[in-house]
Amino acid sequence: MSAHDHDHSQGAHGTMGSYMIGFGLSVLLTAIPFWLVMNKTFANPQTTAFIIMAFAVVQIVVHMIYFLHMNTRAEGGWSMMALIFTLVLVVITLSGSMWVMYHLNTNMMPPMEHDMSQMP
Amino acid sequence: MATRSQIDPAFLDNDGKPLFHLGEEPHHPEGSSTALGFWIYLMSDCLIFACLFATYAVLGSNYAAGPGPRDLFDLNLVALNTAMLLFSSITYGFAMLAMEKNRVGATQGWLAITGLFGLAFLGIELYEFAHLIHEGATPQRSGFLSAFFALVGTHGLHVTFGIIWLVTLMVQVGKKGLIAANQRRLMCLSMFWHFLDVIWIGVFTFVYLMGMLR
Repeated sequence: MSAHDHDHSQGAHGTMGSYMIGFGLSVLLTAIPFWLVMNKTFANPQTTAFIIMAFAVVQIVVHMIYFLHMNTRAEGGWSMMALIFTLVLVVITLSGSMWVMYHLNTNMMPPMEHDMSQMP
Repeated sequence: MATRSQIDPAFLDNDGKPLFHLGEEPHHPEGSSTALGFWIYLMSDCLIFACLFATYAVLGSNYAAGPGPRDLFDLNLVALNTAMLLFSSITYGFAMLAMEKNRVGATQGWLAITGLFGLAFLGIELYEFAHLIHEGATPQRSGFLSAFFALVGTHGLHVTFGIIWLVTLMVQVGKKGLIAANQRRLMCLSMFWHFLDVIWIGVFTFVYLMGMLR
């Protein structure tokens, strides 16, 4: 912790401690998903996919807090508002695209073996 | 009807005619809105990546009887790449800490190390791309590969421009020292650099790790 908090108008800063915590958590949250996939720890790929997605979400939050110094007070809350707005748009873009295209595929394609993942 | 005397003097110009805006813009100190403005740029960049991720989600399994993720990706290489980017993130953090203590030499040193990690990341990525293209897995091969190269390539381009920006700032700091403007620029690059690491979390999870599970 810095002894004297000089007035910085440039948002929050990290400390050596917060950077190291963030780095340690990131290494852990990166290594575990790689290990899970490379060692095929779970027989069911769905389980693994679900777990590594959860790890990714947690790691993104860790980066936001410890590296990007995100908090609800920065810039009078406007950074957080911009982030929430962006997240809403990202969710709409991703889920909307996948939803529409999934239904397009199942409704428009003739029922034949177009799924190449079944190929040897 | 409102007479002139009833109007707030702040909304009258020198001739006493009503103004429909503030006579004088409220004063902001230089650079006070840079952090928020840059953050909003990053959010718009985030939307570009959201579109590319959505494209990959839709096209990612259209192999056109070509190679799939399992045939192409080498997780050891991806793990090494991820480590490079993660190390560059923490070394950039050290550069920011040195900057706050006004230590020019340490700041420059950590920035240089960050740049080297960034170059290592790019080198490994270009090696991977060259390997894929050599095996015939070009962007034209299938929808999956088009979406893959578009997404990962855009991230790589961001890292490239981040390194160019980093070198530019090292020259700036070398010439003018850690003046307020340079501190502000370094803070913007810090946000950009960490943001790229956040995007990479999505890439290695969604593209590489999930690809190996298919």
